Amino acid sequence: MKSFCTSMVTAVAALSLGAVAAYAQAPAPPAPTSKTLEQVKARGVLVCGSNTGLAGFGIPDDKGNWTGLDVEFCRAISAAIFNDPNKVRFVPLSAKDRFTALQSGEIDVLSRNGTWTISREADLGLLWAGVNYYDGQAFMVRKKLNINSALELSGASVCVQQGTTTEANLADFFRANNMKYEPAVYATSAEAVKQYDAGRCDAYTTDMSGLFSERLRLINSDEHVILPQVISKEPLGPAVRQGDDQWFNIVKWTHFAMLNAEELGVTRANADERAKSTNPEIRRLLGSEGDFGKSMGLTSDWALRIIKHVGNYGESYARNVGDGSRLRIPRGLNNLWNKGGLQYGPPVR
Amino acid sequence: MPPPQRTFVRSEFSPALPPPLNVAGPFAWVRANLFNSVLSSILTLLSIAFILWITPGLVRWLLIDAVWSAPDGDACRAPGAGACWAYVRAKITFFTYGAYPRDALWRVDLTLVMGAGLAMWLLWPDWPRKGIAAVLFFAIYPVVAFILLHGMGDGSRAVVNAAANAFNSDVLRDVARNSLPIIGTHLWGGIFVSLLVATVGIVVSLPMGVLLALGRQSRAPFIRFFCIVLIEVVRGVPLITVLFMANTMLPLFVPDAWTPDRLMRPLIGVALFASVYMAEVVRGGLQAVPRGQHEGAMALGLSQSKMMRLIVMPQALTIVIPGIVNSFIALFKDTTLVAIVGVFDFLRAIDTQRLDPAWNGPTISTTGYAFAAMFYFVFCFAMSRYSLMMERRLAHGRKR
Repeated sequence: MKSFCTSMVTAVAALSLGAVAAYAQAPAPPAPTSKTLEQVKARGVLVCGSNTGLAGFGIPDDKGNWTGLDVEFCRAISAAIFNDPNKVRFVPLSAKDRFTALQSGEIDVLSRNGTWTISREADLGLLWAGVNYYDGQAFMVRKKLNINSALELSGASVCVQQGTTTEANLADFFRANNMKYEPAVYATSAEAVKQYDAGRCDAYTTDMSGLFSERLRLINSDEHVILPQVISKEPLGPAVRQGDDQWFNIVKWTHFAMLNAEELGVTRANADERAKSTNPEIRRLLGSEGDFGKSMGLTSDWALRIIKHVGNYGESYARNVGDGSRLRIPRGLNNLWNKGGLQYGPPVR
Repeated sequence: MPPPQRTFVRSEFSPALPPPLNVAGPFAWVRANLFNSVLSSILTLLSIAFILWITPGLVRWLLIDAVWSAPDGDACRAPGAGACWAYVRAKITFFTYGAYPRDALWRVDLTLVMGAGLAMWLLWPDWPRKGIAAVLFFAIYPVVAFILLHGMGDGSRAVVNAAANAFNSDVLRDVARNSLPIIGTHLWGGIFVSLLVATVGIVVSLPMGVLLALGRQSRAPFIRFFCIVLIEVVRGVPLITVLFMANTMLPLFVPDAWTPDRLMRPLIGVALFASVYMAEVVRGGLQAVPRGQHEGAMALGLSQSKMMRLIVMPQALTIVIPGIVNSFIALFKDTTLVAIVGVFDFLRAIDTQRLDPAWNGPTISTTGYAFAAMFYFVFCFAMSRYSLMMERRLAHGRKR
């Protein structure tokens, strides 16, 4: 007994001393080359913080393989580095510990539908590498109400989850448009959906991506329609730690490469063939000309690897959340800039 | 002449009449137990009404209208469909093993079977040689289970290699080279992880709890103080807080190389938490053993440790069996809390898979949770029955 308790005390004392020592030496100066990339290469695997389960974005399938738009983004980074989309270890993170895991270096990149806000960059020391899904709050109503726009919702009763920004956005939207509404507030989103399904409210509101997923849960999902208006800004994208600019570039340009590939019509199926095309833009993107990958610490065919293994942004979107999936979320804001959306990949040159 | 006295002597007993209906038989039982007073009658009627009200709907939903097999969620989305057992069937592998590689599931199965076998050996009162079972279960099994589940790292490979060279065995060399590749804990999940967390909590908490309880009563002030502080601090915060501290704060304080595995952190948290509760349960037992038992033991000249081991502890632990099992049951259900730190335990696995677009539908969540409820009930009920049986067996000596 005595020896046990003494050794416990010693262990605790040693731990706390170690903690102090580690803390004192924590802030290291930013390295000129990417420390993260070096680590990933040495480890042989990319560690990607993912959602614990969100349909279409990050969810394990029956066999435990991770699928989804955010998940494929990590596979794209892995493809760029290792020429293999499967050298990723997914760490499922709850909303509470996702940023700590990134700050502490436990994960290399956080691709977990996190909203890009100023406080997260300025206060938490993170950087958003882009927006791979423009989300925002929207409304779902019954088809038989014959409503085509959220502006026709005046006087409606709206089911909403309590205590979220969703509730505040709802109030702002109706006040800004001088419309009246009756909120029906529930503690959980599941309860709010259930009450909407039971006919307690005319409309249900949450983020657009959530609406498409929740609609599947309704008893007659075909009788409900999601209105196109988006009343809040929820730019979701991958985040990295500050202090490693090269790694930031790699993550950022992985997204841009997928966008540019879609714009230029390069797909998973035709990538190898298009690399031989005469179009200079395509040749530069796929590494047939120029050495853009090398300056990021990658190979010159980095983008070709991404497209060959994962596909362009449009393909990934369709497969996970768009027409090729059960969610069937229209492209909307996530269309390319030349098709009426916001997705814009800066040029590779 | 006096009339001849006729006597009648019965040569056999008359057949016993059945007891009156209001004393024995089902009618009397009903009267004595269900309708013995106005209040009791009202409660009985209310209960019957409740059962009649709830059963048909439940049976219809769980069994009659249930969808038993379907390739995907469409059949379960039909109006009026009941529980979607097809969904549980489709997902049962994920619910049981999480993302554990499908070609290595035998490793989990083997570990579970060995664990169950050893636990049976330890727990079944009539099976002999508990000492061997205890050594196997507490010392050897954890190592074997870890190697089986996690795979052979460089360390264990080196050990097997050394053994192979020592015995000059090609089989062992082969084992050292090829078998049991490492399967990281990020792939572990499902029922298997729930059982793992509960087992670790239970196995660690009992000895640790006994030690802490003894330490709390120790005469050495420093030990007593340390044990009291540990018990009161850990008992004074919710398990969720302990898990969060272990999960989010620890990696910030310790150097990268020391950061414990993501599954290890909640395991440590749960084990610590269960130990201090166990310590208080055991202390209750220690204090319930009459002072005379200590004095008797001392009078026999037993040393302090022998007194504890032979006289006090057996009595103390017997007294607190219900408390111990109660803690185990609570711990078993508390394992679901590890989900909030991103571990795919059984409940988390269900919670994730109900969102699968291929299956998502009005009845999926309810089905998943009903399945979880049945699973937890079966385990907890078995534990409680076992504890009742042990109480009865061990109480023989004290029945008067």
